[in-house]
Amino acid sequence: MPLDTSYVQKTLKQVGTRPLRPDGLDKVTGRARFGADYNAPGQLIALVLRSPHPHARIRKIDTSKAEKLAGVKAIITSADLPDLTNGDRNMRDMLENCMARKKVLYDGHAVAAVAAIDVTTARKALKLIKVDYEILPHVTDVDEALKPSAPVIHDDVFTDGVEPKPTKPSNNNKRASFGHGDVAQGFREADVVVEHSFKTEQTHQGYIEPHSCVANVSPDGTGELWVCTQGHFVYRNQCAALLGMDISRLRVTASEIGGGFGGKTHIWTEPVALALSRKANRPVKLTMSREEVFRCSGPTSSTSIDMKIGAKKDGTITAAHGVLRYHGGAFPATWAEFGAMTAFACYDLKNVKSDSIEVIVNRPKTAAYRAPSAPMAAFAVESVMDELARKIGMDPVDFRIKNAAKEGTKSSYGPVYGPIGIGATLEAAKNHPHMKAPLGKNQGRGMACGFWFNFGGQTCTDINVTPDGTVTVAVGTIDVGGSRASIGLIVAEELGIPYDHVRVVIADTSTLGHNDMTDGSRGTFSTTMACVAASRNVVKELGKRAAKMWDIPEDAVVWEDGHAKPAGSNAGNFPPLSIREIAAGAGNTGGPIAGHNEMVADGAGVSFATHICDIEVDPETGRSSVKRYTVIQDAGKAVHPTYVEGQYQGGAVQGIGWALNEEYIYGKDGRLQNAGFLDYRIPVCSDLPFIDTMILEIPNPNHPYGVRGVGETSIVPPLATVANAMSNATGVRMTHIPMSPPRVLKAIDALKKH
Amino acid sequence: MRYEAPDNMKSAVTMLAKEQGAAFVLAGGTDLLVKMKAGMIEPDLVVDIKKIKGIAEIKKTATGFRIGAAVPGVALSENAALVKAWPGIVEGANLIGSKQIQGRCTMAGNLCNGSPAADGVPALIAAKAKVVVSGPKGKRTVAVEDIPVSPGRTSLKKGEIVEAILLPKRPPKSSDAYLRFIPRTEMDIAVVSAAVNLTLDAKGVVKDARVALGAVAPTIVVVPAAAHALIGSKLDAESLEKLAAACSAACHPIDDKRGTIEFRTKVAGVLARRAAEIAYRRAGGKI
Amino acid sequence: MSGVFVSTTINGDSVEFSCAADEPLLDVLRNRLGMTGSKEGCGTGDCGACSVTVNGRLVCSCLVLGAEVGGATIETIEGMADGDVLHPLQKNFISHAALQCGICTPGFLIAAKALLDKNPDPSEEEIRFGLAGNLCRCTGYDKIVRAVQATSKEMRGA
Repeated sequence: MPLDTSYVQKTLKQVGTRPLRPDGLDKVTGRARFGADYNAPGQLIALVLRSPHPHARIRKIDTSKAEKLAGVKAIITSADLPDLTNGDRNMRDMLENCMARKKVLYDGHAVAAVAAIDVTTARKALKLIKVDYEILPHVTDVDEALKPSAPVIHDDVFTDGVEPKPTKPSNNNKRASFGHGDVAQGFREADVVVEHSFKTEQTHQGYIEPHSCVANVSPDGTGELWVCTQGHFVYRNQCAALLGMDISRLRVTASEIGGGFGGKTHIWTEPVALALSRKANRPVKLTMSREEVFRCSGPTSSTSIDMKIGAKKDGTITAAHGVLRYHGGAFPATWAEFGAMTAFACYDLKNVKSDSIEVIVNRPKTAAYRAPSAPMAAFAVESVMDELARKIGMDPVDFRIKNAAKEGTKSSYGPVYGPIGIGATLEAAKNHPHMKAPLGKNQGRGMACGFWFNFGGQTCTDINVTPDGTVTVAVGTIDVGGSRASIGLIVAEELGIPYDHVRVVIADTSTLGHNDMTDGSRGTFSTTMACVAASRNVVKELGKRAAKMWDIPEDAVVWEDGHAKPAGSNAGNFPPLSIREIAAGAGNTGGPIAGHNEMVADGAGVSFATHICDIEVDPETGRSSVKRYTVIQDAGKAVHPTYVEGQYQGGAVQGIGWALNEEYIYGKDGRLQNAGFLDYRIPVCSDLPFIDTMILEIPNPNHPYGVRGVGETSIVPPLATVANAMSNATGVRMTHIPMSPPRVLKAIDALKKH
Repeated sequence: MRYEAPDNMKSAVTMLAKEQGAAFVLAGGTDLLVKMKAGMIEPDLVVDIKKIKGIAEIKKTATGFRIGAAVPGVALSENAALVKAWPGIVEGANLIGSKQIQGRCTMAGNLCNGSPAADGVPALIAAKAKVVVSGPKGKRTVAVEDIPVSPGRTSLKKGEIVEAILLPKRPPKSSDAYLRFIPRTEMDIAVVSAAVNLTLDAKGVVKDARVALGAVAPTIVVVPAAAHALIGSKLDAESLEKLAAACSAACHPIDDKRGTIEFRTKVAGVLARRAAEIAYRRAGGKI
Repeated sequence: MSGVFVSTTINGDSVEFSCAADEPLLDVLRNRLGMTGSKEGCGTGDCGACSVTVNGRLVCSCLVLGAEVGGATIETIEGMADGDVLHPLQKNFISHAALQCGICTPGFLIAAKALLDKNPDPSEEEIRFGLAGNLCRCTGYDKIVRAVQATSKEMRGA
């Protein structure tokens, strides 16, 4: 029987409490094994040769000298990764991104790889590989790439979504449009229209753990891969496809993951390590350096956005229109589409339109970064919203409340909303003490809203009752920040047993069915849903066994507080049987007791947040510091509130870093100039205040416990929140993110001159 | 690569002088190891000078202070007498990197790295500090500002090692201050910086001053016109304005990933003014 | 490449190892001694994930040569707990959820211990600057600072 996933309100004993996480001890003692902590006997060390050019044709790669170097066991180029993608453009791009084929498309693009007995030998070998490049003109800026004069990066990309389809290739792979109503008419009805163009620079997820894997391919064609990833099943499927292996022959074990935020959803080095291992017939360890992580993993898009919103004097928005250009790096992608879909999702709009323009540039292939594409769109929308509120003389929170989407609103991207939390987060912001706290000299306060879809997806789970009545839970979704604790709580609640009797592990790919990535804030939402179903299967089996032990019909047994009980006096008068007692006798009642579930978790509840920020700006240097910050977000149901707070705080601080200082800086030569933590400036501890959080719980009707994803939304509002605070502190409207001190000082000085 | 850790300066100098390949001095290693990691340098010989007797000591002498070349940043702040006499020098040195870096980095290394953005150096130059250099031809004493010649290059000859930094004795009512601009609160390289060293007379009038700017030119810049603007004043608004203008005028910065010409030029003046105010108060002046 | 033979003390144990002359202490710990608790986040002293103490001084082990530590006393995350009794910082990091992914945690613990050893009653600002050399991308530092505050209070018996 499929699980009824509807939300049911009930008294909870464990869900919503804050027990210790199961992996905590290993992580505070140094025992936890992350990607680079795995080693295989006899392993080789691999290094990748990378292009110093942003765009060039590869005329020739000469590996002969390197091959002769003692200690070198295998060298591969794209010739060792033949194209088996059979017309699948996405897979072909993935392959090409892992190892350049005819052209290099960005600074850092892999061109060859070496496996040697040690790192010193591998380093020497890289220097002996000679690559003959024909340097081509390049383009790294999203607006420049759209100009007719720009070098065309792929000669087989013709804009999708335009009728008739162009016959000339370009760097614009797709256009799309979302919305409803008549925008032109809406703007005519407006009393005030505010319009600005915005730019946001490219940022990186900035996980502290560089990508690392150990690959071991045997001569019989089976392979193993230990890797830090957000989705080992997806890595398995993709690596097997690119290498021409049966999927079942590749077993992937996920290590603990040292941060991902979307950046560990894509394969880069893994097929390379597998190909090297296959060629060398030895295990191969491949770990990216920090510089490689910045140059050649998957940062987010830089953007260029035109935003126009009109309203009546009473605060009713009459029309909203955005044009959003996002780059996907050196390959076709659809990141602008996500931006266009999320841009206006917070509001109930009669006339709304958002156009997406996908751009290809000579930068690394863009990957997801926490609520991918939404923060930049929110920056543009919420900046204009603030200015519009000021122009019509309305409080910015009231203005948003007046226009907030609610249950029944047709969203700008299509669906009609069920119960949602945007209004509640705004009301909470309005009444929050933060809003009334006095501000000091050179300080300003800003607020903004954000939205994220959340995803569900394929999920597969096993629960096994051990002979002593404690329980193991095997899940296939990677724990990126405490989900094992949340899953443990849900299973303990369902079975009625103590939390510490439930041990949750991440199973490898050969022991469980396919699971999608931990992305789209789906980890806790979908895995707990599958675990509820699996737990109920366990309960059913436990009831069956109790019935057998009592020799009464199955349906005469109920499960309460971790015990089987006769359903009523008619069923018989038996003392309750604990899970332990039933498990101990399992050998005589039908064998091991287990529950399984596989599903596509549908109905991930959309998520909304409102943030408030106080900032202080030094008017003489443009330097700013965040003085106070509050996150208000709907969690549906916070299974483990401490880790929900953690998601709110972490996302907010990533957003603050993005707003103020983080950016990819490319030189005129198309090379990345700040590929390290020294000059790619993520926030440090002393940059920040405590981050206050407020968890609202508006149950998701499509999850038995009302859970919504919570991981991503917190990064959506900060760019705009900080920008609005900056505007209120200085009087200047910053339209270029990050608002680094040179940009802010320049804007302040320009304002003084006028 | 060979690693040597001699216990006397003569051996260290001889090893460096004799080495045919690329030879480097290791004190704190916080620049050297980063360059090795990045493949910018491939040493054949590294001479660790930390085992040399007395090289990690701070000594108060008849003429001031002698700070050994291997004294880590954190040890400077632990020396109360030094902090009292030269707070600006200590705060500059303590801004080099994180607490972890402070456990290793040295002022001598910061100087020999030759960066115009070195946090440890502007206050030394403002202090008219000198260094003792040991080399194959014996010892020589030179002004700190004569060591760096351009970004990453120094005037040291093959086999020469900076052995110690010498700080002069202070007249009464003297103090100094160092400020740098970074976008974050920690962990950044100075985008622009300013050090001011002042001596006041009994009435609180500046009678001697020296101002040095970092990250605004290929080497750290001494700005006599800025010092001149302060001398004879009690740091009134007009003298501070002149100081700032003189500093901005002395800047010849570049646009790079850390800042713009425009930004550095303006902020150099702002920082110099603020540093002057701090130094003035520290010297006992009242604003 | 000339190898170097080194005798040193790590977490109270006498340890001997050979390493390449240019090999960072971090690589020695991780690859030669199997002590993978110290992490490499950058290899250039910018993230603090490899923090250890050498002769009581907090350092990034990626910026120390293995060759340098002859005769030294080194403390790493593997030696922080006393047998099965966690250091109060370790205990409070778990109970305050001061970690999400946990890759930065060993470095933070070593740095926080160095901070509290020197300053048992730090202000919030002192904690924040004391830990500024350690990057965390998950937590926004909030719960880390709170865990250190709680530990300071606990260890002072306040």
